Amino acid sequence: MTTQETIVSNLADVPRSNGGGVETFVLNVGPQHPATHGVLRVKMTMDGEYVLRAEPVCGYIHRMHEKMGENRTYAQFLPNTSRIDYLSAMTYTHAWAGVVERAAKIQPPPRAEYVRVITSELNRISSHLVWWGAFLLDLGGFTPLLYAFDDREMILDLLERITGARLTYCYYRIGGLYNDVDEEFIEGTRKFVHHMRPRLKMYRELVTENIIFRKRLIDIGPISQEMCRKYGATGPVIRGSGIPYDVRKAEPYSAYPEFDFEIPHFREGDSMARYLVRMEEMAQSLRIIEQALDKLPSGPVMAEKVPRVLKLPAGDYCYAVEAARGRFMVRIVSDNKEIAYRAKLRTPCLSNLSLFEEASQGMLLPDALALMGSLDLVIPDIDR
Amino acid sequence: MLKLLSTEPVRLLAFLVGIMAFVGLNAAYLVWVERKGAGRFQRRPGPTEVGYAGLLQPIADAIKLLSKQLIVPQGVDAALFRVAPLLMMAPALMSLAVIPFGPSLAARNINVGLLLIFALGSINVMAIMLGGWSSRNKYAIMSAARVVSQNVAYEIPTLLVVITMIMITGTMNLNEIVRQQAGAFWHWNVFRVWVNPLMPVTFLIFFICMLAETNRAPFDMAEAESELVAGAYTEYSSMGFGVFFMAEYANILLGCSLATVLFLGGWQSPFGILPGVLWFLIKMYFLVFAVVWVRWTFPRTQFYGLLNLSWKLLIPVSLFTLILSSAIMKLY
Amino acid sequence: MRNAVKEVVSGFYSLIVGMRVTIGQFFKPIVTVQYPHETLKIAPRFRGHIELVLDPATGKPKCFACKLCERACPSDCITVEGAKLEGAKKRSVTAYHLDFTKCSLCGSCVEACRDGAIRFSRDYNLAGWSKEDFIMDLFKRLELEAQAASPEKVDGRAVPGLIAAQDAAHQDKTKTDLK
Ligand code: SF4
Ligand code: SF4
Repeated sequence: MTTQETIVSNLADVPRSNGGGVETFVLNVGPQHPATHGVLRVKMTMDGEYVLRAEPVCGYIHRMHEKMGENRTYAQFLPNTSRIDYLSAMTYTHAWAGVVERAAKIQPPPRAEYVRVITSELNRISSHLVWWGAFLLDLGGFTPLLYAFDDREMILDLLERITGARLTYCYYRIGGLYNDVDEEFIEGTRKFVHHMRPRLKMYRELVTENIIFRKRLIDIGPISQEMCRKYGATGPVIRGSGIPYDVRKAEPYSAYPEFDFEIPHFREGDSMARYLVRMEEMAQSLRIIEQALDKLPSGPVMAEKVPRVLKLPAGDYCYAVEAARGRFMVRIVSDNKEIAYRAKLRTPCLSNLSLFEEASQGMLLPDALALMGSLDLVIPDIDR
Repeated sequence: MLKLLSTEPVRLLAFLVGIMAFVGLNAAYLVWVERKGAGRFQRRPGPTEVGYAGLLQPIADAIKLLSKQLIVPQGVDAALFRVAPLLMMAPALMSLAVIPFGPSLAARNINVGLLLIFALGSINVMAIMLGGWSSRNKYAIMSAARVVSQNVAYEIPTLLVVITMIMITGTMNLNEIVRQQAGAFWHWNVFRVWVNPLMPVTFLIFFICMLAETNRAPFDMAEAESELVAGAYTEYSSMGFGVFFMAEYANILLGCSLATVLFLGGWQSPFGILPGVLWFLIKMYFLVFAVVWVRWTFPRTQFYGLLNLSWKLLIPVSLFTLILSSAIMKLY
Repeated sequence: MRNAVKEVVSGFYSLIVGMRVTIGQFFKPIVTVQYPHETLKIAPRFRGHIELVLDPATGKPKCFACKLCERACPSDCITVEGAKLEGAKKRSVTAYHLDFTKCSLCGSCVEACRDGAIRFSRDYNLAGWSKEDFIMDLFKRLELEAQAASPEKVDGRAVPGLIAAQDAAHQDKTKTDLK
């Protein structure tokens, strides 16, 4: 099967393709298309409604975050991390703060670690809620989005209370937190946990068990374990293929070893499995939050003696976190300066997207878009 | 003077104007109902700004659409492109002429009313197909192809259901069908289980088919905004789009009216209070609300799911009801 | 056959359940806030653009142009100029520009300032016609604010009332001028 290299702008110009003798055409999905949720462009070679080849074209929102990390101080780069994957800003900041702490041998106080876990998990839920709504939007259901946003609003209110921002929190600092949490936040979070459990049940009734929805996901877009390994897929994608890989368990960081939670994984590998992984993960996050609130130690939230001018000893440092979409890893190569020599950001969405081309081969267009939705792509995270 | 007013041409003219006004108003205000309904289903108020509770919103929208330029993109088949929206609107308007809104409130009380509606109803799909085809847009063409197979698939169960109804009532005259459902509400066709125990199922099939034929969610393959942007309407702007949009609602109106007439006893009132026209409207708008309700609850079906539903479920079941009711009629 | 029937029935049931959920929501009160008509209370730690803080002792800005904030800012949006006025022990600020178009509201500047001379304002109705509207002269802004609060006392006398007024404005930006 040959593919057209040029984008054919109208159907009449499409030549009969050689080889199989099918008439193909190129469909440009994106960069402004309702299904791509951002400026992702997928060049699809189609045979009628069948996708012969889907070639993602990225770079529309490339902002050179890695390069920025190499020309500003460690503390100055911190706000950038919220902008890579704006939906799980907390976890991304965590990775950057974590790598610097690991390199500079700063130990954040336990209260800070606990609050980090709580806010990260809240952030994970809010991120999954956005995905849930947007995914349903891809499938043509509009109402769930609004319900999800209703719940997400509660999380945003809570996080705004302590951080002052609703999306790009920039709440963690190297060595701790920007601010301590107050009683009202703790109470509010408890209330949220109680509010969220019945809502998850309602989500199940409204969507998960819906026959139309199930028919659209079950056995659609299978991703094998080999494919996951080949492309380095992580997060709910790999867990949906039956590999219980989660950074929180595989390379425990922060206060995660102290909590009891499970890594939901499903063997089917289809879109439904990925969907269920995320739904289950929300429940697990609630569990973690509840435990962390119960065990929340008191004390300071900022490590003592964080030098104002931070120079990392020369070396090569890594820190990975489990972001909402998979493994986010920061690698810093330092040459004993105030500024990193190299800052590498390993983002989950790029790997998860790269398997789309192989996985979507031969699918129908709506199924391919459902598959894309189930990968939960955040475009700035791909391009960063 | 009075004599002139009661002549046939004047009566027809009055009905013509009446139906057009009815459809126009309804199409505009069904959009409002849809938006308000969607709002309430999603725990938000819907339109509120223009007029009380946003009641003037449809008018504002209409003015906006009218004042926009009607863009005919380069390379489209201009004639077909322009005629397609009208082709979609006209059949819906014409079909409403035979709907009996009240005991004596029908523009034309003809004996083959039902046949007329289905004859005209098939033009509908042509309109979307032409619109999509002439737009010369890939999304639109895909949408056109979908619409054709969808409508072919759903016309069959609809017609099977209608044949069942014709067999049971023995007439194609809509007014006559309503008249037969006189009395308490268990005389409505949908509840007449002694004629055919599967009557409610038949009604359900008719309702589902109506959703599919009017391209409403969850069967909105033609528009499918997350896949095909706006499907067949992608290239339409201004009133070209507006007419398509209105025609969609006019078709819903027609479908719900027909369902009311065939199954819910038309203008027959269950309690005897309130005039018949009102009862007709109440029943019809309840169905319209159900249509809105369905739309804002379910995700879109997949295309083959839709065809599977029709060929593997609806057609066999409707065929079965047809045979069953003929058997019952033969036996008793 | 049996499975098929079961699937149809359970599928249909799932649709009914879904419809029940949405109709349940239909009759519940709405949850949205009608923004220009209603506003929410701003969170206590709301991060708006930065503003200068007045010193209650002198009625002048606390800032003494040490430029720590300028250096801390990752986006280079702060320009501070200061001069040593006659008779003063410390330098004082003469111009403070914030290029809000570049600001990422990270708060590094507020943290860097050791004297609490800047803080987050509570302005959020920020709309303008040009990019230049957002290159803010915070020093001027402070003066204007002070003027608005007590026109007769701009010359810098210690005015607790003025500070109270400024604080009130700081607290109460939740009430917007929009009706
Ligand atoms: S908030 Fe951050 S970006 Fe904005 S002026 Fe302060 S330091 Fe600079
Ligand atoms: S605001 Fe604070 S840090 Fe910035 S120049 Fe003034 S005193 Fe220094």
